[in-house]
Amino acid sequence: MIPARWPREEPLRERLLHVDPCSGSLRDARIADLPAILRPSDVLVVNDAATLPGSLQGLGPGGTPLEIRLVAALPDDSFRAALFGAGDWRIPTERRAAPPLLRTSDELHFAPDLRATVERISEVSPRLLDLRFHDRGAALWSRLYAIGRPVQYSYARAPFELWHVQLAYASRPWAAEMPSAGRPLRWDLLLALRQRGTKVVPLTHAAGLSSTGDAALDAALPLPERFDIPQATAQAVAAARAEGGRIVAAGTSVARALEGAALECGGALEACSGETDLVIGPGYRTKVVDGLLTGVHEKSQSHYALLHAFAGGDLLERASAHAEAAGYLTHEFGDSWLILQCSGLRPPPVAGKARSSG
Amino acid sequence: MKGKGVLITGGSKGLGAALAEELSGAGARVVLVARAEEELRKTVARIRDRGGEAHALPGDVSDKLQAHRIAGAAAALVGPIELLVHNASTLGPTPLRLLLDTECEDLEQVLQTNLVGPFRLTKIVAGAMALRGSGLVLHVSSDTAVAAYPRWGAYGVSKAALDHMNRIWAVELAQTGVRFLSVDPGEMDTEMHAAAVPEADRGELAQPVRVARWIGRLVAHGVESGSRIVVPGEAR
Repeated sequence: MIPARWPREEPLRERLLHVDPCSGSLRDARIADLPAILRPSDVLVVNDAATLPGSLQGLGPGGTPLEIRLVAALPDDSFRAALFGAGDWRIPTERRAAPPLLRTSDELHFAPDLRATVERISEVSPRLLDLRFHDRGAALWSRLYAIGRPVQYSYARAPFELWHVQLAYASRPWAAEMPSAGRPLRWDLLLALRQRGTKVVPLTHAAGLSSTGDAALDAALPLPERFDIPQATAQAVAAARAEGGRIVAAGTSVARALEGAALECGGALEACSGETDLVIGPGYRTKVVDGLLTGVHEKSQSHYALLHAFAGGDLLERASAHAEAAGYLTHEFGDSWLILQCSGLRPPPVAGKARSSG
Repeated sequence: MKGKGVLITGGSKGLGAALAEELSGAGARVVLVARAEEELRKTVARIRDRGGEAHALPGDVSDKLQAHRIAGAAAALVGPIELLVHNASTLGPTPLRLLLDTECEDLEQVLQTNLVGPFRLTKIVAGAMALRGSGLVLHVSSDTAVAAYPRWGAYGVSKAALDHMNRIWAVELAQTGVRFLSVDPGEMDTEMHAAAVPEADRGELAQPVRVARWIGRLVAHGVESGSRIVVPGEAR
């Protein structure tokens, strides 16, 4: 499929493939059609995480050039980060020279004035590190924003600026990459949805890297990610479910947060914060989410596996073939799919603590 | 205000610094933005010495990239911004001059700082407020927005447009729970006022601390979104 290489000027005109698992039908629509497709009783849940300036070019021991990409914030201004060989976004990470093998206590330098110490090397991959920056608080964040750039991939036309990767409702910078399913949701559309009665509510989920080019690390994705479910969101979901409304996740990160939070919080969604290691894929039966608004994913991408929790393999195959033949565009500035159950009626949630797992 | 994330531009001195002290005293988690780094750090240190939470982000809100950096860093430091105060502003060249003597570039720069800057920062921050169903954006205005004083052209035009933008924001986001206010603090004993009216009797000017206290109460109690409020004489 063809990637969209740059943000398009009219997100509401972008294409939307409505995939209906109940009837098995596929329907070509536009993002602007969402208010007509969703019902007043439905709830659209979006991820309000802003995108980190997470790509930092720097030097390792002996002045070896390298890149790190921030994966997740850890307590006390530390970060988990992925390590890459030298090169900017124009060079695919899998084609770069291997990064230097780092050890704990090694120091990294990011020009002009940011330094970090390697505190831990992950057992998953020597390219997954915990870093402690030498600055804290406002000084650290000022330098991160001055030095870092949004993570991006080689198919893009030009370097992304921060505003290219922020959603219309972005808040805390938790996301390693843009939670891109929400990108076409402009306020014109969000207010139209609300006017029709469809609630639009936020959560914050620290969406991680989608790919690193390193086989061992990619096999471990998605890594555990933190989430924060506000009280109003939990209440809106509960009210909609009680009335047979459908819960639609804008993006795989939202689906992971909602399902992961429900598991962590005892089977039903409650206002809570935490971290989930839940991996949604074939055979997973969703407990909260009835529909997924998502980008157009290649079958080889990890996000594609998650779609099987919302539709059968045959229907997804047909949808992929249709999207390819009809010229749907992929990646974060591409077109969208909406996989939506016809009914939100579910059996009541099972009470009791459950451990999230893959 | 307890625990709420607040972002104040022009926070190093004058009304911005006084508001930061007032709001942090009420328990807010305050992020201050200004170009003057040294003064900004002194203001933050003063607030922390009193047990308040404050963070300094040096930067220029008239610059698009810096505005995005400021908004992101602020939310990282104090969480979702629930009160955004647009206090930063510039007079343009002083002594103030007639419109016929104002360079186009100087007018553009005044509009960038006093109008486009607030627009941009609100655009970055208010979407998250609207999604969460609450938030307040406060524009610091001036009587030059409504009265035509000779030599105050660039500044007055920018503040009149800011007031109108305040009303339009309020109308467009009326159903979201986000409120917008313009506040005219009146003439205060500040560096900016001294630059504009060096001959003024400072004894007749209001102290920013008193004005900030009144605005703090206004913020806490709330008024209709889109309003333009003049700080009353007795409060100054």
